[in-house]
Amino acid sequence: MENRFESVEHVRDGLKKVHYLSDDGIAGVVFLAQRLGKPILVEGPAGTGKTQLAKSVAEMLNARLIRLQCYEGLDESKALYEWNYKKQLLRIQADKNSDSWSQVQDDIFSEEFLLTRPLLEAISSPDPVVLLIDEVDRVEIETEALLLEILSEYQVSIPELGTITAKQIPMVFLTSNNTRELSEALKRRCLFLHIDYPDMEREKEIVLTKVPDITQNLADQIARIVRSIRQLDLKKAPSVSETLDWARTLMLMGIENIDAQEAKDTLHILLKYQTDITKAAKELSVDK
Amino acid sequence: MTVLDLMSGFIVELRKAGLPVSLTENLDAMEAVKEIPIEDRQAFKYALAATLVKSNSHWRAFETIFEVYFSLRGPEHQIPSDMSDAEAELWREEQEMQQQGDGAAGSGGGMDSLTPEEIAQMLMQALMNGDQAMMRALARQSVQRFAGMEPGRPVGGTYYLYRTLRNLDLDNMLDKLMEANRDQAAQELTKLEERLEKDEFESRIEQFKQEVEAEIRRRLVADRGAEAMAKTLRKPLPEDVEFMHANKEEMLSLKKALQPLTRKLAAKLARKRRHGRRGPLDFRATVRSSLSYGGVPADPKFKYPRPSKPELMVVADISGSVAAFARFTLMLVYAIQGQFSKVRSFVFIDGIDEVTDYFKSNVDISDAIHRVNTEADVVWVDGHSDYGHAFEVFWERYGKDINPKTTILLLGDARNNYHAASSWVIKEMQKRGRHVYWLNPEPRSYWNTGDSIVGEYGSFTDGVYECRNLRQLEAFVEKLA
Repeated sequence: MENRFESVEHVRDGLKKVHYLSDDGIAGVVFLAQRLGKPILVEGPAGTGKTQLAKSVAEMLNARLIRLQCYEGLDESKALYEWNYKKQLLRIQADKNSDSWSQVQDDIFSEEFLLTRPLLEAISSPDPVVLLIDEVDRVEIETEALLLEILSEYQVSIPELGTITAKQIPMVFLTSNNTRELSEALKRRCLFLHIDYPDMEREKEIVLTKVPDITQNLADQIARIVRSIRQLDLKKAPSVSETLDWARTLMLMGIENIDAQEAKDTLHILLKYQTDITKAAKELSVDK
Repeated sequence: MTVLDLMSGFIVELRKAGLPVSLTENLDAMEAVKEIPIEDRQAFKYALAATLVKSNSHWRAFETIFEVYFSLRGPEHQIPSDMSDAEAELWREEQEMQQQGDGAAGSGGGMDSLTPEEIAQMLMQALMNGDQAMMRALARQSVQRFAGMEPGRPVGGTYYLYRTLRNLDLDNMLDKLMEANRDQAAQELTKLEERLEKDEFESRIEQFKQEVEAEIRRRLVADRGAEAMAKTLRKPLPEDVEFMHANKEEMLSLKKALQPLTRKLAAKLARKRRHGRRGPLDFRATVRSSLSYGGVPADPKFKYPRPSKPELMVVADISGSVAAFARFTLMLVYAIQGQFSKVRSFVFIDGIDEVTDYFKSNVDISDAIHRVNTEADVVWVDGHSDYGHAFEVFWERYGKDINPKTTILLLGDARNNYHAASSWVIKEMQKRGRHVYWLNPEPRSYWNTGDSIVGEYGSFTDGVYECRNLRQLEAFVEKLA
């Protein structure tokens, strides 16, 4: 890739320009991934910006983002490639009499009849791309094996055509919500990055960049309240995206300074379980 | 020592701590180190972590070992024989401020002249203002002053930590800070604000404690060498902690590990039930997909089988020694109760009581566990485990509810205090129910020693399993559904 990163700071500044605030860990791993040409496996609680990281890196590099959303039942015809059966049938029927069989056979298994799916597209693209394999923990453990060849060798083998090797090495991000243990083989091929909830300072910065016109004071209060809530023993702690939603709501309501009553009234934006809301309201002595 | 030597020692230690580091990961780490200079300690640490640690629960173990092996690297982490210039500067400034504050109290400079009270005072100031550099300097200073470390003395780091913190009176620091804060505030703080301030101070104090700990560790490493130090700090990973001997801190880490585990288990069980077997042919779907092959049903589709969920009865001993284990198993079972059609739970010591109601779906599980411990009526005579009596009562009251769909889990160490075993109950349970399993938190080598009669009960069950840690418990639950 032409625009190689020079240093960890370079990565961090670049990400900041596209409004993604990274920390040492995130910037360091992204830098390393490009230097070593390895995929990154990003893990962490929901709503901490795992998918956004891939998007932001793509934006920073001016590269196209190719996204493969994983789900149960994903197979190679949807992830790698598929033969275009209908077109092949038409081809056979179109000149039934003229060609010999072997000619037809050569013909219908050519690239013209190949439908590329995200993985194949990512490595056959001549321009730089960022490949995002989202929620990789949702596919079955057997399907994971599909990914192994592309992740370690950056190539795809098609029995009828041979091996297609990458023209450029794409940046690859895999995200996982950790609903199951990924196989050793997959983990071994990747760099591992755990994105946790940000610390207070960083969260405040995130609020300031993502919510326009918010005041320092309000952002600071928001970050502090969210931190206190995360320390409680909850079913689901508030994520960064929920913090942002909350900040936007408070902005819309024209609130400059959060007092107890307002916090209580808007708590349902941060927390999604009734038991959690009750607990948080009580803990922050908001409930009187 | 070269970086290479250091790295190989480091990786050996990681493996000893239980982290699965493969050869390729080792090579990757070496590659990564080439790209990032060792002087940039944070980046270096994350580079190593990205290549070597592939699970978040291993992060703590990694961090500790990293600190031990690499804490003496880089100029800013050398142990100061004297103070560095920047720090000395800081001290001087602070001194001047003090002098301005209370007249001519300050003496010729240098930190040795300060009394412990003055240091505590300065620490309070630093915590109040969140002054990072000052906190770090104070951490170093107080370790040097109060820990009383002597080279070669075979004492653990916790002892020094205790001594240092006691001298600083850190326990009362929070109250003092809150008080000072209240005095400073222009107007009355609302309850919410007060609470936020408190959290802020708590996190700063915690940070200071970590600084002190790090400083002690640095000094110990310098004294004893990395390898010996790493050995004393080695702790089991959360999934390997034994239920029966977990201390308070380990219990917390266990609890933390439990939550992601239950999510994982639930997803796995749901998936397992749907797959594995194929249902009958789905005619509609087959015809629909045949259209893309010109009407030839080349790709037959099948319906997903939907087998019924098992019913579960958990019967747990909650007497002292095995209480922690029972608590964990109950928590785990209730966290994945969606995977069972019905879960009922019973707890006993020498009497038995049903506690299913405590776990109604919308209740916080920790609350429910607390109620089990305090409200359940489990003592019959003297509060010493009596399995025989508990089982007899169970059979009498609830035996008729067991049907061929019911799986029964018995939890306990089967230490019956030489009472009558009444193992016929287990035999009847097995006849009437689907499966009966026994989970024992004791190591296998202790079974059937002393008053343990797990063998006698075990012969009537479908299996007795050793469940000493989360890893084993997880493996069992997976098998269950």
